[in-house]
Formats: sequence, C-alpha cells, structure tokens
Amino acid sequence: MDTDLSSQDRKDLDKFIKFFALKTVQVIVQARLGEKICTRSSSSPTGSDWFNLAIKDIPEVTHEAKKALAGQLPAVGRSMCVEISLKTSEGDSMELEIWCLEMNEKCDKEIKVSYTVYNRLSLLLKSLLAITRVTPAYRLSRKQGREYVILYRIYFGEVQLNGLGEGFQTVRVGTVGTPVGTITLSCAYRINLAFMSTRQFERTPPIMGIVIDHFVDRPYPSSSPMHPCNYRTAGEDAGVAYPSVEDSQEVCTTSFSTSPPSQCVFTVSKAHFQTPTPVVTDTLRVPMAGLAFSHQLMVPGKEGGVPLAPSQPAYGTQADHEKMATCTPSDGAHYIVTPSSSEDTETVSNSSEGRGSPHDVLEAILVRKVGALVNNSLDQVTMTNLDIPFAMFAPKNFELEDNDPMVNPPDSPDTESPLQGSLHSDGSSGGSSGNTHDDFVMVDFKPAFSKDDILPMDLGTFYREFQNPPQLSSLSIDIGAQSMAEDLDSLPEKLAVHEKNVKEFDAFVETLQ
Amino acid sequence: MVESSGSSPKGSGWSRPKRASQPPARLVGAASGWGMNCRAEVLEVSVEGRQVEEALLAVLHTVLLHRSTGKFHYKKEGTYSIGTVGTQDIDCDFIDFTYVRVSSEELDRALRKVVGEFKDALRNSGGDGLGQMSLEFYQKKKSRWPFSDECIPWEVWTVKVHVVALATEQERQICREKVGEKLCEKVINIVEVMNRHEYLPKMPTQSEVDNVFDTGLRDVQPYLYKISFQITDALGTSVTTTMRRLIKDTLAL
Repeated sequence: MDTDLSSQDRKDLDKFIKFFALKTVQVIVQARLGEKICTRSSSSPTGSDWFNLAIKDIPEVTHEAKKALAGQLPAVGRSMCVEISLKTSEGDSMELEIWCLEMNEKCDKEIKVSYTVYNRLSLLLKSLLAITRVTPAYRLSRKQGREYVILYRIYFGEVQLNGLGEGFQTVRVGTVGTPVGTITLSCAYRINLAFMSTRQFERTPPIMGIVIDHFVDRPYPSSSPMHPCNYRTAGEDAGVAYPSVEDSQEVCTTSFSTSPPSQCVFTVSKAHFQTPTPVVTDTLRVPMAGLAFSHQLMVPGKEGGVPLAPSQPAYGTQADHEKMATCTPSDGAHYIVTPSSSEDTETVSNSSEGRGSPHDVLEAILVRKVGALVNNSLDQVTMTNLDIPFAMFAPKNFELEDNDPMVNPPDSPDTESPLQGSLHSDGSSGGSSGNTHDDFVMVDFKPAFSKDDILPMDLGTFYREFQNPPQLSSLSIDIGAQSMAEDLDSLPEKLAVHEKNVKEFDAFVETLQ
Repeated sequence: MVESSGSSPKGSGWSRPKRASQPPARLVGAASGWGMNCRAEVLEVSVEGRQVEEALLAVLHTVLLHRSTGKFHYKKEGTYSIGTVGTQDIDCDFIDFTYVRVSSEELDRALRKVVGEFKDALRNSGGDGLGQMSLEFYQKKKSRWPFSDECIPWEVWTVKVHVVALATEQERQICREKVGEKLCEKVINIVEVMNRHEYLPKMPTQSEVDNVFDTGLRDVQPYLYKISFQITDALGTSVTTTMRRLIKDTLAL
C-alpha cells in the first residue's frame, strides 16, 4: 500500500487545514461577539462555502488569523491559539478561554483526504459551533457591553495556559486523523471567575474611545494585539467605547439636593428634552401618576415619540423611584430647572422642528396634557393611592374629584388658562402658592411616601433622609444579642407547649397531605 | 456490515418479517435488540414542565446538526456536490441556555411537532412525569417483493425526561440555571460521541440516496431518522403504548 500522499492529496490536505484553521477562528470569534448568529442554508452549492457550512468571514478576523499564521500551518509544537479574554470598563482584564488547534504526530495513512478528512473537518466545525455556545464565556459574552467587553487574540506557537487561573477545565471539541498527523481542537476555560488582582496586569486608566493596542507587561514574548469581539460597531482599529454610566447617576443624586419647592428636577433623556421650563412648571400642577407621565407630557411631538424612560405604574415602590431616576439611557442628561432664559432658548433651539417661542411649544403641550389628564382612571389612581412617587406632581387634594384643579379648573373654563395663569402669574389655581415667576410657579409638594398629616416636608429633605436612613435596630449588635439571649431562654417553655400540642400538629399535617 | 446486521440472530426484532410489516413491533424491537452496528446513547434530563420542549429540542437539534449535510446534487460520472448548511443560535425562554441548530424551518417544525406531542402525552398521562424520546437514525434496505423494506438503525439517541414540579419562584430560577448547565454537559457528551467517528453509512450513489438520507427537505439533508416516545413509570416500563413516529416513508408497501 502506498503510504505516501500524492502531491495532489498533499496540496488538498494543506488547503483543507489552512481553511479549517481560518474557519475555526471565525466561529470562535463570532461566538463571542455577543449576538446570535444566523446563516442561511442553501441547497445549491455556491462553491465558496468551505466544509459545506455557511460561516461568514469577518475580514478583520481573517486578516488577524492570516497574520498570526504567517503562511504556516498548525504542526507539531506549533499550535494555533485563540485567546478570549474579558476587559472591564475600568481596565481590569481576565483571560477566559484558550481555544487550541493542535497537530500531533499520530498519522492515519489510510484515510482518504478529499472525502473523509474533508467531511470530518466539517463535522468538527459543527461540533465547534455547538461547543462555543456551551462554555461559560458564552453567556458572559452575550451580556457584554457597558461593564465589560470581550476581546480576542490569535497567536501561533506554544499554548500558554497560565492566565486561566487555577483549576481551569478542558473540553475537547474533536479530532480528525489525517495522513500527516491528527488535528485536535480543544478549549481550556477558566472556572474561577473571581477577578484577578490588579497587580498581575499593569492597570491602565480607563481610556475612552482610544484603541488599546497592546497589553503592557504581558509575559509572552510574541504578544499580538487584542481585539474587541464587536466588529460591527467599528473597524479593526476602533476603540472600545465605554459609555459613561456614572454621569447619569451622579446627576441624579445631585438633582434632589437642597431643592427649594420652587425647583423641580427631572432626569430626562436628552433626545426628548427640548421643552423649556414652562412645561416643567405646568407638569407640576398636573395630577400625574408618576414620572413616566411627566415624560410623556414633555414630548411635544418632536418625533411624536414616546420617551425612553420606562412608563412605570403609578404607585411604584421606592426602588422604582430610584430605578426610574437612574435607568434612563446612558446619554441621559439631567436638568435642574432654573429660571435662566439662556437655557430656555437653548433647549428650544434644540428642537429639530425649529419651534419658535416657548409659548408655542407650551401650547402644544397643553393640548396633550389635557388629554392625559382627563383620563378618569388616572384620576382614580392618583386619588386612591397616596403612596405614589413624585406625588409632588399630584394636586394637593386627592380626596374629591371636585377639588381636582384639572377637572374643575377654578379660574377659567378654558383648558389653556390654568397654565397660562401660572405662567403669567395670574392667580393661585390648583394648588400653586408662594412666589410666582415668569417661568415657573411655586407648588406645595407632597413628596412620595410622606403623607400630609404625618410629616410634611419638602422633597429635598425627604430625599436626603431617605439616603441616610437610621440603622435598623435589629441589626445593631447589642439589641441583637439581647433578643437572642431572650429567645434562647424562652425556648424550653415553647418546646413544652409544642410538645403538648403534638397531636394537633400531626392532625394538621395529615390534612396537608 | 450493513448487510449482515439484518440477519443477525441477536435482537429478536431483527428476524426477517414474514408478513406485512408491523411498524410498532419493529420499533419496539429496535429499541430492545440492536443490530450489530447500532450504537445507543442515553441522555437523562430532569426539568420543569415548561422546560420539557426546549430541553428536548436542544438535544435533538444538536444531534441533528451533526447528522445533517447539505443537499446532494448528483452530476454525471457518479460525482456529487453538496449544498451549504446554515446554522442559527436559538435562545431558550425557560432555560439559561442557547443551542445551535441547522437553519431549516421544515426540520424545526417537524421536531417541534413531535416534541409537542410528547409534552402533551406527558401531561395527560398523569403519571410520575417520566418519559423518554428516541431519535433513531436508520438505513433502508430494499427487500424483494413481497417483503417490505427493512429499516436498520445504526444510531439511537434516547433522552429520558423526568418532570419535576417546583413550588417557589426562587426554585424555578435556580432550575433555569441548573438545567442550562446540565444541557451544556449534554452537548459536550453528544459532541464526544460524534467525535468518535464510528460507523456512518457509506455515501450513497444517486439511486441509493433515499435509503440513507432524508431527501424530502428543501434545504438540508439529514440522515434518515425517526422519532418515537413513550411515557414510562418509575421502573422504566411503558405505561401507555403511545408510540408516535415521525416517518418519512417506512410505511411504503
């Protein structure tokens, strides 16, 4: 039996192995992009789909793979490795997986190259598709985005598993015997996902929008650049953008500090906030049932769109209150409403439709507002439940619909006039009191979770108190210890009582079964 | 090898049928007595009721991913070219798990149908919530008249399903994750078996292709397969003989 490969077979085999290596890299990187992959089956062979599988070729990835291979093929001692790692927005990084395509010396001389080897390589790619969804890094990569990104690096040579931490596990994807050796594809993945200490890697300050081309202090001599697994957002050289999550939060915390009743503060998404302060003031007087409604009112139909803030039900909990305030999109901007005319003109001019005076915008709002307000169910909601967030927007008097200023505008039958009244300091309709100003009115706020009769306080004070609650008494050690001791003492008595009632308990248990 | 398995004196199910085929009996026979080359793999999963379908689909699709090729196009001189198989990621709704399946709506529909029937049977059986589904790959061997074609299995995957009922939301959440992890292990097991490169039917000529592959689908070509299921009691014996098959053309006379 002729055990030497014919030259044609040898050429074919080399080609198969090369393209197999390239496709392997594609599958691995695409599986870590964070998106679901979907390709179509085609019954007519196109001739360009290697191994009869529809695997797209991302050009950058192919380029990187070819660069790493540098014209060579995986051979004994020369493995192609794809390293997948995670990098947080703070610059910490951690290796998650190393995928190795290795070749060993065990040859299968009798196998047919153009048929069996090819089909087995195809099967191996299918196995790779399946296995890449099953290692822990997959779920991590699906959630990448704000807090961390997944990067890949291709290198050729010795496999380096040091960065995977202790106790890493290995899964073998498969092997294919060829006349020149056995191809093995495997993955070593990290188990211990606790973050490595930052001493191991030189901590780079978080850089936004600039590509991090190389890792400093990597122990490996042939360190090739890391690339983000999100080619769609940018080309190969684009930076990894870390959205500024801190901004909106910080803004939120300052938003409620020392706010006299005259000021009303929102967290609003930039895209939709284009109405000037008068609108804000108007909403103060509206019996709304939550921030969501205020948002709706503040969209004067620029795009007719619904604001991005989630419309929570009226009587959210405290958590919702916070959530609403902080879960605006990352580009959320916060405005502290002050009677500064420059801001007004700025916001007005932001409107893409080029609306003119604040008054015009206002009128548009007014129409909408009424529509929202006269919704009976809404009124009922506000009236029946006093524990609503942002109850400062609700009218003073919940009890009677008659007293609802929006249902029965006290001063004028015209729907527009209550607002105009407030704007032009016309009178104290609907609970406005105190100083009036050209741009906003004073309103007596009823902060959420703080009922009138018990603790009248302004929103800012309330918020601050909420931020610094007193320590729970049960958490304080002394009292805890005391009650524990008491409990222990009373145990024997309790036990005696229970023992007496054993029969009752048994009967009860019987009824349950 | 394929020839001899039909006349193997081993499993009782493999004697040459003397009368018109009785499909259920033969299927039972297939389950109990293997031909010489038939390998059997068993996987077990414990899931909540609403996870049954997704868990089964994940396993079946993973197996079929490895056991499907592109459509064959035979050319002159006995050569053929193979179409392209696309794949897609499917996220499970009730399990923290994503699996890959071939991009073929027809295949997916066929699997969903039988998995749905299995789930209904499980629910209606009122038993302990135990059942099993078998995915059998077979080859057809043409027999001379008056004998009908034999179906010779060469690989059988059995998935044993145990349905548990959970009381609290927290338990359900834990179950989501646990079942997801279990399915990851199953996928690794399946891949391991596939990687052994054990017996596969020879690539057929054009005239024989329907004896090896299911050529009825538009975009992919899996090996001939049938799916059946049974509801079992705790001892594993069949409580009901509800056997449904997804057959392509085994009832041809």
